Amino acid sequence: MDRWLPHPLMSATIALLWLFLVNQVSVAQVLLGGALGIAVPYLTSAFWPQRPRLRRPWLLVGYVARLLVDILIANLEVARLVLGAPQRLRPTFIEVPLELTDDFAITLLASVVSLTPGTLSADIAADRATLLVHALDTADPVAVCAEIKARYEAPLKEILG
Amino acid sequence: MLIELIVSFFLLVGASFALVGSIGLARLPDFFTRLHGPTKATTLGIGGVLIASVIYFSARSAGLSLHEALIALFLFMTAPISAMLLAKAAIHRKVTTRSRVPPRFER
Amino acid sequence: MILSLSIYAALAMLAVAILLNLWRLAIGPDDTDRVLALDTLFINTIALLVVLGIHFDTTVYFESALVLALIGFIGTAAFCKYQLRGDLIE
Repeated sequence: MDRWLPHPLMSATIALLWLFLVNQVSVAQVLLGGALGIAVPYLTSAFWPQRPRLRRPWLLVGYVARLLVDILIANLEVARLVLGAPQRLRPTFIEVPLELTDDFAITLLASVVSLTPGTLSADIAADRATLLVHALDTADPVAVCAEIKARYEAPLKEILG
Repeated sequence: MLIELIVSFFLLVGASFALVGSIGLARLPDFFTRLHGPTKATTLGIGGVLIASVIYFSARSAGLSLHEALIALFLFMTAPISAMLLAKAAIHRKVTTRSRVPPRFER
Repeated sequence: MILSLSIYAALAMLAVAILLNLWRLAIGPDDTDRVLALDTLFINTIALLVVLGIHFDTTVYFESALVLALIGFIGTAAFCKYQLRGDLIE
């Protein structure tokens, strides 16, 4: 089982992506998608030495829902800043110390930070313990850092274990 | 009729966010602030347009038309990555910026 | 009626967005600004293609939109990798 299906999550994703791509659900396409889902991870397993594990996957639903709401708010906020007076912006770089250690988890967090209100992950320190975040307009960098840690990092830590 | 209204709504919302993102790109003062416009507004803009397309083509023909979701998924995955790569390249090239880059990240 | 009006409005807004991208592409000032403008231009073009697909009531534009999404990302990633690694040789 482990040999033939090294990444069950990736297999399911590939099969689903195939169905999306052909834009129809029929027996033939489901079988073809399933075959791709088994073949691609098997043939490329050398590239994926470690598999991401989700300890509490059901929490992901709430996290993604909140993220979508935050993305919407982020856009209204950025729209307001962009259409306002750009000279009055207070852009700052903020260093966020990370508690996550897993590469996959850090990648997720960096993407989440980029998609949410006024912040953008710009770089990660060589020792992978600090994320460099750029904020479009902030008066209080420490509060932004605390919010990222509490709102986005802590739930991710709980989900990924 | 109702479908037309919903599709119109998402089209207009999507297009205006795309426009806002591009306005941000054009008028914000330095590179790192400009980076914010495209990664957020434009991504949501295209999300709105794609939702409109999904609703329109699903109502048009029998059955769901979801392949537009593929583009949205792909863009939501790649937008943060290209933003981060561009930011790294900009720090590396030492572009003029109004916000001070912490010295340990300057390479 | 409402739909065709809002399609024209959306097309107009996207056209203005693309013009703004082209302006940023022309004035720079840095190469990274230009690549960012190109990246945004790609995304706006994808939106334009999707709106045109609704306008002409066809799905043939879908594939080109998907290919644009792929190429746009790869182009940006390639430029940044070149910038970050190019100096190693000097």
